[in-house]
Amino acid sequence: MAIEAHAHEPSAPVPAWSLSPDAVEGIQLAGEWPERVTREWAWEGSSGAGARVCILDSGVEPSHPLVGPLEGAVAVSLGENDAPVAEDDAEGDLCGHGTACAGIVRSIAPDCSLFSVRVLGAGYTGSGPTLLAGLRWAIDQGFDVINMSLSTTKSQFAGVLHELADTAYFRRTVLVASAHNMPVESYPWRFSAVISVGSHQESDPLTFFYNPAPPVEFFARGVSVDVAWLGGGQIRCTGNSFATPHISGICARILGKHPELTPFQLKSVLYLTATNVGARP
Amino acid sequence: MDKETFRSAVAAGVFASEEAHRSLLQSIVEVARAMFAARASSIVLLDEASDELVFEAVAGEGSDTLIGTRFPSSKGISGWVLVTRQPLVIEDVSADPRHARDVAEGTGYVPKGLMTVPLLLEERALGVLSVLDRQTQFTLEEMDLLGLFANQAAIALDLLQRTRRARSALDEDGSEDVAVVARLAAALDGLEGPKREAGLRLLSALEDVLAT
Repeated sequence: MAIEAHAHEPSAPVPAWSLSPDAVEGIQLAGEWPERVTREWAWEGSSGAGARVCILDSGVEPSHPLVGPLEGAVAVSLGENDAPVAEDDAEGDLCGHGTACAGIVRSIAPDCSLFSVRVLGAGYTGSGPTLLAGLRWAIDQGFDVINMSLSTTKSQFAGVLHELADTAYFRRTVLVASAHNMPVESYPWRFSAVISVGSHQESDPLTFFYNPAPPVEFFARGVSVDVAWLGGGQIRCTGNSFATPHISGICARILGKHPELTPFQLKSVLYLTATNVGARP
Repeated sequence: MDKETFRSAVAAGVFASEEAHRSLLQSIVEVARAMFAARASSIVLLDEASDELVFEAVAGEGSDTLIGTRFPSSKGISGWVLVTRQPLVIEDVSADPRHARDVAEGTGYVPKGLMTVPLLLEERALGVLSVLDRQTQFTLEEMDLLGLFANQAAIALDLLQRTRRARSALDEDGSEDVAVVARLAAALDGLEGPKREAGLRLLSALEDVLAT
């Protein structure tokens, strides 16, 4: 079963922000939602094939056995007038974290396409503008999912990040971002256009909870996770930044099976299949 | 308060307080080490001018060799934590050959486990607090505790940075008159009893004489 959205295409040269009576027919949506949206409906049988996931992080180690082939890898830096410059990334992973995230996504959605966009390595000072440039570049590539296990505390970047998050949302690119568990304001995880993720302590990679008291919207596995790391190896890690790629992987599987879903619909499917909502009796 | 008076007051504080703030940072890493029954704990501070991280306080392993050691601000685990503002716990660092080699070259000691948390104050990331080879069972509550503790460490680091900036401003000022007032204030601060009272009377008289 597919849920299809047909946007009304106005004949007028200006966008129509209201719904005219004769346009109602044009936005009729398939109404056959299952009685209950189940995990079986949402992702059973999907390996993530067809979904493109971007890892916006420290780079990804090429040919790591737990990550496999990448669709591509670029390092983003700032060019003239702070325009984003993306060049093929020959350095791999500067920390190990991006490789860990890629491995987690791969473990859940084995056939999805993975793309590394490295935004770290320019030093602390250049990190904010580089993060923005990398995110802007990634949104322009039309990835289905962008995994962001990172955040900034600089309020000067909040406005632009907010704008980028909304741009992604309307272009059907889902931003999955790590929530902060420290008493500071940080972005972009607090924006409602993104899917924000914190950690729970259970060990099942497909166990995730919807949080009825946002801003953190979902909790996924983030404690004592065995992850891919530098040198082809594996280590055991904890942090919200490892919970995030679990949700990215689940999103990839759902989108592999239901590529027509918008970020709004995808978030609803996550809600309906969350362990505390639909998955447990 | 006019500019000169303000500067002198700052100078008096600066000369006496850097050591106190260093002690505060040291006590924070000592307590962090004790709290988690860890083999070592450290604070690295971001030096924005050189975009490097510098070891400021170390308890346990490495305490006699690491202070002042520098490394790039966006590489490795501490760099990732600083730049992304996300805490990170690794249970077997030694499995990461690159990290193990880097650390071993600096300290002669390769930790197995590592809890690393950014030191955040308002919008700024000031540095990173690490706890190495803890013996407690890891839980999310433990992470929250480390986060609270990091908040305290961030405030201490901020105080230390302010002190250094004030001192640097005084040094750059170059005028001996400010320096002499600072030395006098520091000397007076170190006096007790009748000597301190006499010193205060003398300075008060000097203030009357110099008043226009």
